[in-house]
Amino acid sequence: MAALLPARRARGPIEDGPVTRAAFILIAVGFIVLFLLLPLITVFAQALSQGVNAALAAFDDPDARSAIRLTFLVAAIAVPLNVVFGVAAAWAVAKFDFPGKSMLVTLIDLPFSVSPVIAGLVYVLIFGLQGWLGPLLRDYNIKIIFALPGLVLATIFVTFPFVARELIPLMTDQGRDEEEAAVSLGASGWSTFRRVTLPNIKWGLLYGVLLCNARAMGEFGAVSVVSGHIRGLTNTMPLHVEVLYNDYQYVGAFAIASLLALLALVTLVVKSFLEWRYADEIAAVHRH
Amino acid sequence: MSLVVDSVAKRFSRFPALKGVSFAAPQGAFVALLGPSGSGKTTLLRILGGLEFADLGQVTFDGMDWLSVPARERRAGFVFQQYALFRHMTVAKNIAFGLNVRPRRTRPSRAEIARRVEELLHLVQLEGLGKRYPSELSGGQRQRVALARALAIEPRMLLLDEPFGALDAKVRKELRVWLRSLHDRTGITTIFVTHDQDEALELADLVAVMNAGKIEQIGTPRDIRAAPASAFVADFIERSAEATSIAVLPTRPVPLSLH
Repeated sequence: MAALLPARRARGPIEDGPVTRAAFILIAVGFIVLFLLLPLITVFAQALSQGVNAALAAFDDPDARSAIRLTFLVAAIAVPLNVVFGVAAAWAVAKFDFPGKSMLVTLIDLPFSVSPVIAGLVYVLIFGLQGWLGPLLRDYNIKIIFALPGLVLATIFVTFPFVARELIPLMTDQGRDEEEAAVSLGASGWSTFRRVTLPNIKWGLLYGVLLCNARAMGEFGAVSVVSGHIRGLTNTMPLHVEVLYNDYQYVGAFAIASLLALLALVTLVVKSFLEWRYADEIAAVHRH
Repeated sequence: MSLVVDSVAKRFSRFPALKGVSFAAPQGAFVALLGPSGSGKTTLLRILGGLEFADLGQVTFDGMDWLSVPARERRAGFVFQQYALFRHMTVAKNIAFGLNVRPRRTRPSRAEIARRVEELLHLVQLEGLGKRYPSELSGGQRQRVALARALAIEPRMLLLDEPFGALDAKVRKELRVWLRSLHDRTGITTIFVTHDQDEALELADLVAVMNAGKIEQIGTPRDIRAAPASAFVADFIERSAEATSIAVLPTRPVPLSLH
């Protein structure tokens, strides 16, 4: 008899009606288009508004090239240092118990909650000419603020949590059993890390590195404070975009911005590709 | 007496896990640490394996001050409750691990390691599964890989934490018998932790009944059955026996007259 009644799809216990569902989807898609997709398209559209050649011309400028070089250089120094720190911190937090552990976890998150501008200012107050260590550094002729070391420091501060944050839950979840097994089988600390811990965290580590790198190349606030905006010397790509924009060189500004956006997109594509390509292996590592 | 545990105590922050435990066992003995959860049996096992440090007390084994030997130099084959197999390595790589991490001058050649792995796979009856990953094995198979891995380092003692805890009843019985015969062939001093009274009394030469961080009684299964030293021991053995007989009931054939 039931078959003769009009078919009405049974609703799952947590499912809402079709109207509610459509509304939620619409809101989500609307937000994404309005706040993420449109600006991205605008960046590329503005860059190409006077043709491809005009956009490419922006990269002929020696200041632009210097900014691109500097951005890569800063990332190339800051990211590996944060990888070392992040792995060490995650390893300590996940595999050992020690007093002050929750304090350390909180401190790792600090850069997420502090304004990047403050991060930059802190370094100026410490290493700047009027800062605590200013006179000492000047005596030894070491330049940190308004130079490469300052840019690297500010970038490290801002990207501090990315690797550690990615690894801590993963390593905590995996527990200590395999490391203990390795030690009882005669492995040294280093050998245990290289043969057991590292292979188990490599995917999480890779995501952490990708995100850390994306942020390192895109950081504006903290870097802006310590850079001094010396064209061709201490301007990174994001700072160079601002300089060009303030000079009314819109095509150039958006062309450099497009390069930054492209780098971010490549990062996301690489991440998605790896997730898709190694889905089995990633699942296996997470499984117990 | 080859293994002498003398007044070993251990405290976790405020909670005392072991309150001065002493016992002795001859070389090659098969010892069961029996007790309810929280009685300190796993902590004692981990101290013997070097994975935990005792606050007080001494352990001598084979003439060595055992607790002063670092975990990685003890050659104590430890089999974990959840096996702790290296999930990103094949079965063969898992078994070879203890040989591969040796310093170059004491490490066997590649061919020799491969030969030993084959030998161990044969011993634990897993021939042909060397290329599998742990996630592709059943619980009983993983357990045997964990054993083979521990045996590969030619352990001075074998430490098993609830070795059959995660297995179903049938596999458990089979593995029990097999483990006992393996022990009788190799003669390695073996200590295993269990909360199953049947398992302890059937398998071990010596049973140490533990409660609240202390050993209530240690003796042969026959002694413990015949003369429980305390109300706790009598009760614990009684209770597990009841629990087991109830658990066995549903597997008995149902009389046809009921249908």
